[in-house]
Amino acid sequence: MLSQIRAAIVMIVLFTALTGIVYPLAITGVAQLALPTQANGSVIERDGTVIGSALIGQNFASDRYFHGRPSATTGSDPADPSKTVDAPYNAANSMGSNLGPTSKKLVDRVNATIEAEFAAGRIDVVAADAATTSASGLDPHISPQFALAQAGAVAKARSLSESQVRAVVEANVEGRILGAIGEPRVNVLLLNLALDRLQ
Amino acid sequence: MTSIGLAQIAIVLLAVIVAAIPLGNYIAAVLAGERGLLSPALSPIERVFYRLAGVDPAREQNWLAYTMAMLAFSVIGFVSLYALQRLQAYLPLNPQGFSGVPAELAFNTSMSFVTNTNWQNYGGESTMSHLTQMLGLTVHNFLSAATGLAMAFALVRGFSRAESPTIGNFWVDLTRSTLYVLLPMSIVVALALVALGVPQTLQGSIEATTLEGAKQTLAIGPVASQEAIKELGTNGGGFFNANSAHPFESPSALSNMLEIWALLVIPFATAFAFGRAVFDYRQGRAIAITMMIVLVAGVSVAYWAEAGGNPLLTEIGVDPSPGNMEGKEVRFGPAMSALFATSTTGTSCGAVNSMHDSFMPLGGLVPLFNMLMGSIAPGGVGAGLYGFLVLAIIAVFIAGLMVGRTPEYLGKKIETREMKLAMLAVLIYPLSVLVFTGVSVMLQTGLASLNNAGPHGLSEILYAFASATDNNGSAFAGLTGNTPWYNTTLGVAMLLGRFAFVIPVLAIAGAFAAKKKGASSVGTFPTHGPLFIGLLLGVIVVLYLLQYFPALALGPIVEHFALLAGKTF
Repeated sequence: MLSQIRAAIVMIVLFTALTGIVYPLAITGVAQLALPTQANGSVIERDGTVIGSALIGQNFASDRYFHGRPSATTGSDPADPSKTVDAPYNAANSMGSNLGPTSKKLVDRVNATIEAEFAAGRIDVVAADAATTSASGLDPHISPQFALAQAGAVAKARSLSESQVRAVVEANVEGRILGAIGEPRVNVLLLNLALDRLQ
Repeated sequence: MTSIGLAQIAIVLLAVIVAAIPLGNYIAAVLAGERGLLSPALSPIERVFYRLAGVDPAREQNWLAYTMAMLAFSVIGFVSLYALQRLQAYLPLNPQGFSGVPAELAFNTSMSFVTNTNWQNYGGESTMSHLTQMLGLTVHNFLSAATGLAMAFALVRGFSRAESPTIGNFWVDLTRSTLYVLLPMSIVVALALVALGVPQTLQGSIEATTLEGAKQTLAIGPVASQEAIKELGTNGGGFFNANSAHPFESPSALSNMLEIWALLVIPFATAFAFGRAVFDYRQGRAIAITMMIVLVAGVSVAYWAEAGGNPLLTEIGVDPSPGNMEGKEVRFGPAMSALFATSTTGTSCGAVNSMHDSFMPLGGLVPLFNMLMGSIAPGGVGAGLYGFLVLAIIAVFIAGLMVGRTPEYLGKKIETREMKLAMLAVLIYPLSVLVFTGVSVMLQTGLASLNNAGPHGLSEILYAFASATDNNGSAFAGLTGNTPWYNTTLGVAMLLGRFAFVIPVLAIAGAFAAKKKGASSVGTFPTHGPLFIGLLLGVIVVLYLLQYFPALALGPIVEHFALLAGKTF
């Protein structure tokens, strides 16, 4: 039995060195040399400042920008760190709402989102992703339907014609690979950057 | 359901089977101690490991010594992982300056990773230092999976050998599984994931100023290396709280498909490896086909349930055609979310790319029932195969009773001792799941953790104990598991689900290995054809549906009918 315990301790130490140090560091080394953009989080810079990652959604509230999906992430209250408050697109604390399909909270929340969007004149139809929160709370994408539904409102806020804005949306729709793999989607951050470049 | 969605599911499953057949041959060769393509590079490392550990690779163990070695290894692993978490504040590679993990949470997490459960009561990016993620969590992702594979092959040797007092050497099986199977595959998958956009850096976070001028802190780290073994080892403990739904863990449809492939391929391969090891490919094929039938049935129901949208939201104007999108990512959609959910619970992986808690009642029933069946289709790395072989033993026994012959599986007579051990293993699951769920429902502290009211609340608790007992690790994540009650009881459930199951299995291995191998005759019940597959499916249905139907009726099934009646909670 004693020899088994010795073997157990030695094996843990050796495998920790191999799979816990050598393996992740070797992958880090190769990734940093061969694929530095991806390895460092696909960061986007504009005029020398880091504005985010192409893979991570951001919170957009302004009328001038396309909005992403509602987000269920939370953060600690800046006024009182012991409390949690809603903090949409908090990329240091990913989470979904975890509300079940018969949850009254879910139905009320979706209803409130729809009413607010209609009242603000942002959308005229409710795409499924427009009123629901994503699994990570950081979904960078929206459906083409949700994007096009916002085109009129964004065009008005930017004093552009709706057709101009729709053209930008359509140029930013990512389709399915080989017509089968993936879902049609629009990356909101990239779309808004394209919009800013237009003006 | 759309034809494109079905095509996506078919593409992934086809890619799994195409790779699993040759991989199965390779795994069987590795665990038979044969030399292969990677031996020139890896056998020097292998020899150093044995020498330093004082292990004689040529010396085999009987089932009891094998079990003791496995237990010693698990205990040492548990203690070292616990210490690492408690002390992380004083150790290097802690760029975010996290404090030590609290005692109950560290207990739960250590149990979780040593048993291959990877239940996460913590948010990775907000609790664990890079050192803990690498030295603790990544390491146990490898080792708990390798332990599973080792135990499965100990049982396989019970069938392939005759009148043998030993069932292999645990240290050799552990070392070879890690070095020759898990590590090389992880390297390839990790690099492929980086190419698809998964970060791999030692930085702690990126500070960004968003387009609207707000501050956004992006948690980041050595994600790809952990992601690869998380799927390949059917572990499931994500780098981030949102797991594979987080865009840094799975940025695209392709990375998602690669991850589903990675979590299914080794479990299916072990079925084929079993066939090769017992010198009859048809035996492995029959098991793989049965696994696939259960998996496809599950994903069909889940996809159907998720694709139709939530009628309660349709009523207030939400377009139902893209499916139920609450808790799902746009880039995955309902088909790939349903396949991921079914695969991750059909194996003991437990990674998620969508929030199961927000699935439709019948969509959520599928992952729940998958786990209640013990995640056997196709099962965790190793755990799936030994779980399935226990069911095969029961199926053959029932067939023997029906025709009045002594039941035999692969030439081994199944007698009282083996049947008792098999039943002991199978019955530990309902005992743990139902008792813990029942007690939690009666306690105020158990109910205080709920995120959802009504029948969905019961589903949350049932799901948690199913997941822990089954060593799965996925969750109806609304349940606040990080409380003293759940940290402790879920930890105990994981312990029972792993060790109270596998010790009888290793005893069966020892008993079978010692038996003579009978020649098959015309009267032998063939265990490779459609009749056996049907019988196996029948045993699964009878055994599990009857055990859990009352609990399921009170949870997801009643919720489904409440939903149809337009009721909310």
